[in-house]
Amino acid sequence: MSTQEYAVLGTRPVRHDGADKVTGRAIYGADIHLAGLLQGAILRSPHAHARIVRIDTRRAEALPGVKAVVTAADLAVSQDRIVDLGEGDTPLSYLRGNVLASGKVLYKGHAVAAVAAASLHVAEEAASLIDVEYEPLPCVLTTLDAMREDAPILHDGLRTTEFGEKTGRVSNVAEHFRHELGDVSAGFAEADVVVEHEFRTATVHQGYIEPHTATVLWNNDGRILVWCSTQGAFVVRDVTACILDVPVSRVKVTPLEIGGGFGGKIPVYLEPVAALLSKKSGRPVKITMTRRDVFEGTGPTPGSVIRVKMGARKDGRIVAAQAWMAYEAGAYPGAMVGPGAMCVFAAYDIANVVVDGFDVVVNKPSTAAYRAPGATNAAFATESVVDELAEKLGLDPLEFRLKNAAREGTRRADGPKYPRIGCVEVIEAMKNHPHYSAPLEGPNRGRGVAIGFWFNAGLPSSCTLSVNADGSVNLVEGSTDIGGTRTSVAMQAAEVLGIGAEDVRPEVADTDSVGFTAVTGGSRVTFATGWAAYEAAQDVVRQMKERAAKLWETDAASVTLDHGVFRSGDRSMTFRDLAARLGETGGPVTGRGAVNPRSAGGSFSGCIADVQVDPETGKVDVLRFTAVQDAGKAIHPAYVEGQMQGGSAQGIGWALNEEYHMSPDGAMQNASLLDYRMPTALDLPMIDTVIVEVPNPIHPFGVRGVGEANIVPPPATLANAIYHATGVRLRSLPMNPPAVAEAIWSKEG
Amino acid sequence: MKWFDYSAPESVSGAISALAAHPRARILAGGTDLLVQMRAGRKETDFIVDVKRIPELNEIRYDSDGLTVGASAPCYRLYAHADVAARYPSLARLAALIGGTQIQGRASIGGNLCNAAPSADAVPLLIALGARCRIAGQAGEREVVVEEFCTAPGVNVLGPGEFLVSLLIPPPAPGSGAHYERFIPRNEMDIAVAGAGASVVLEDGHFRSARIALASVAPTPLFVREAGDALAGKPVNEESINEAANLARDAARPISDMRAPAEYRRRLCAVLTRRALTRAIEEARGNR
Repeated sequence: MSTQEYAVLGTRPVRHDGADKVTGRAIYGADIHLAGLLQGAILRSPHAHARIVRIDTRRAEALPGVKAVVTAADLAVSQDRIVDLGEGDTPLSYLRGNVLASGKVLYKGHAVAAVAAASLHVAEEAASLIDVEYEPLPCVLTTLDAMREDAPILHDGLRTTEFGEKTGRVSNVAEHFRHELGDVSAGFAEADVVVEHEFRTATVHQGYIEPHTATVLWNNDGRILVWCSTQGAFVVRDVTACILDVPVSRVKVTPLEIGGGFGGKIPVYLEPVAALLSKKSGRPVKITMTRRDVFEGTGPTPGSVIRVKMGARKDGRIVAAQAWMAYEAGAYPGAMVGPGAMCVFAAYDIANVVVDGFDVVVNKPSTAAYRAPGATNAAFATESVVDELAEKLGLDPLEFRLKNAAREGTRRADGPKYPRIGCVEVIEAMKNHPHYSAPLEGPNRGRGVAIGFWFNAGLPSSCTLSVNADGSVNLVEGSTDIGGTRTSVAMQAAEVLGIGAEDVRPEVADTDSVGFTAVTGGSRVTFATGWAAYEAAQDVVRQMKERAAKLWETDAASVTLDHGVFRSGDRSMTFRDLAARLGETGGPVTGRGAVNPRSAGGSFSGCIADVQVDPETGKVDVLRFTAVQDAGKAIHPAYVEGQMQGGSAQGIGWALNEEYHMSPDGAMQNASLLDYRMPTALDLPMIDTVIVEVPNPIHPFGVRGVGEANIVPPPATLANAIYHATGVRLRSLPMNPPAVAEAIWSKEG
Repeated sequence: MKWFDYSAPESVSGAISALAAHPRARILAGGTDLLVQMRAGRKETDFIVDVKRIPELNEIRYDSDGLTVGASAPCYRLYAHADVAARYPSLARLAALIGGTQIQGRASIGGNLCNAAPSADAVPLLIALGARCRIAGQAGEREVVVEEFCTAPGVNVLGPGEFLVSLLIPPPAPGSGAHYERFIPRNEMDIAVAGAGASVVLEDGHFRSARIALASVAPTPLFVREAGDALAGKPVNEESINEAANLARDAARPISDMRAPAEYRRRLCAVLTRRALTRAIEEARGNR
């Protein structure tokens, strides 16, 4: 556990952006207003799968007030190539095709054309006047259907990659990969108990409250200025430049405050389209999605079919595990099955493992990351099977997990060997929590547990600091702040400098004003950008020591910094006093830090939940919920708790009600927040949190990212709790009232 | 959404003329359905007649004829009204059930009825309470019982130029009680998967009469006369309650949609009718 004493880290200062957020002054993407601004509207496909025969924009162009109309024909035609988005590589043709459909539409809601006009109402009316002739094609909506030999094919050029090798086979399976460890047949032969089941999870959306929005000015000098809501200003810059076929230096992206992302605001949808409209009209153009656009036109996270088989000996040791995982990618390859396969057995030390993963395209929106993408689906399957194994062996579910928990030195089937991790400590904290031993009385009530893992990301981050004469420090970073990271990054600089968190003023800068910084994703900002701030602060300290040495006419090596006081021999000076004397000692001091960690050190989490099930309606009420997570070192504990509660709330929604309800012809039936049914405050109990701190050996302060692992266990936790309340195991998400009621009726016969 | 004109007449006759002059006009009360539907492109109009300034459409009054509720009186005024709270507690609970606090500041039960959604929460209870609709139009006024007001999803009996002025609910009989019970997957902010409204009049441990109506299980809110009639003269016990609940279930004609499968809805009808009756009986016993 973390034992080091810190002055700033581990405290709970007021967040730097707090006043603006609570008073409504914070500037979000849609708040941008430029002189001459036009409003854009996008025409979207009414078909899930169709060939575009012809697009006629003349009627739209003739409508008074319309300034520009664009289609895929306006996009630059350049050679296809692979674009590195930081969290994964994507062919340019897929990125371009998703922004404006060319040749075919691949899902209902696929953008086909766009209009800019003086008002939104005119733009919307003009969009409805664009005549598109479609030749509808049969659609395919689920992984299992899409994998059939006779399935309609989405991409004629898509050939299956199998075990890393290109096959010549055209299919909807973009990739089939396998991870293997030990000898799984020998493992199962050794097992006394084997449990095997198939699990399904529905397509769900991240559900951020702020819809996507982008404002773009294609300036007269050829520069393209973008203001938007994004998880990665540099991703927007690079993808927009690629799609428009201009050098990245031509694009400047200013990220505004962001009203939620959860992985869904990494992809680029609107910026290149608004740029084309601006180029054509000569005016700045803003496009803001409606909620329907968000559901139908942006990436949900994949639905999945997962078969898990696990075997254990009577002594409680898991000896073999096998998973078959097929995830729906949506319209373009890139289902989060890779990370899902890395995480499916990641919490356990198992000698014999086989994992097969399938990345399958279907006629739904192209999927995007969602908080530990792929891992929640996988843990729903694994943790349900683990629960059943424990029951069959007559073991306490946490004791059973503890006996098999991954530790330092455990090898995962996909290759890596764990450094120091906190899996055991998380399970022990669950066991020791009063919730686990509290009596649970009354009919139809049950308690469940589950654990989960997310590996987190490293990736490049940049940070600069400048020292002000009043002893404060300005911090400039490139990580858009979706979880309070401005403050957790500033706190790490403050700790090094020996000043207060409030003495550091953090600013998230545009892409011209800060060094390259990868997306806010993979729970990486407090870890990697925090590390860059640590390096920048060390740079400042080194220079400040030289200034002190100059004043004291001594050797800089003799100067120390302790709690904000520079000392050499019997002389001392505070950081603040020295900051006031920079002018006379050589001028301004600026520090810089740039890091590119290759790994991040994963985070484990666990949940305990009590539920009550109404056997007549199937409704599940969550009575009590406790979340435990390893934060390595909790920089700002209130933000860590907030992440744990947020991940739990989203996991509960995913478990109980959320889903894309599709008609057979591929239309989402519930594309509104009324019918999509995310949990409201009234559907959630107080979510209790326990922060475990097993320092991350590779980070200067031991930080582990905490944004994601917390969403992994909740669906399995609730499935296990529902089983203990009702005696029925649900193996399909969501476990909504009809599903629970039908399971109870079938049991009763 | 396209442009539209707007007028806010201050009398019933003013509204009649405005509607006569604009055949495509839509009537705006609280707007919690209409504005959402217009923004979503589901309804179009070139003229809006806002009826909130007409005194008759805003009144809530109790006298010997019963309770008059103006068609645009917002829910918050209904549950805050002393006579409603004292004499029609089931109606006060209903007004507090529809939407959240902000919605209740605008939405009216008259608007809920005119919107004619099969899932309208207000309608089963209004049917159970025996409410009548006062309708105005160029040809004069007429009255329609609530169970005959909705004719198809989103369609009601209002003819061209007609509008709902108020609802009239008879005075509560001695020994009476009522309740609306709905099922939603979330605890708030949701559309009824199914709902049941029930009213009972009890006498000497027996049902003198009862009325039962359902939401979300037919193209319109569904009055199940036979379920209530079956209770008349029966002793107040589990057996008779279950019999009525099963009759309600058998009358339901639900569809499967994104909100729930048909069979689940059918089964819910029995559960909800039983729960509504049980609560109505408790209220009736407290009333005696």
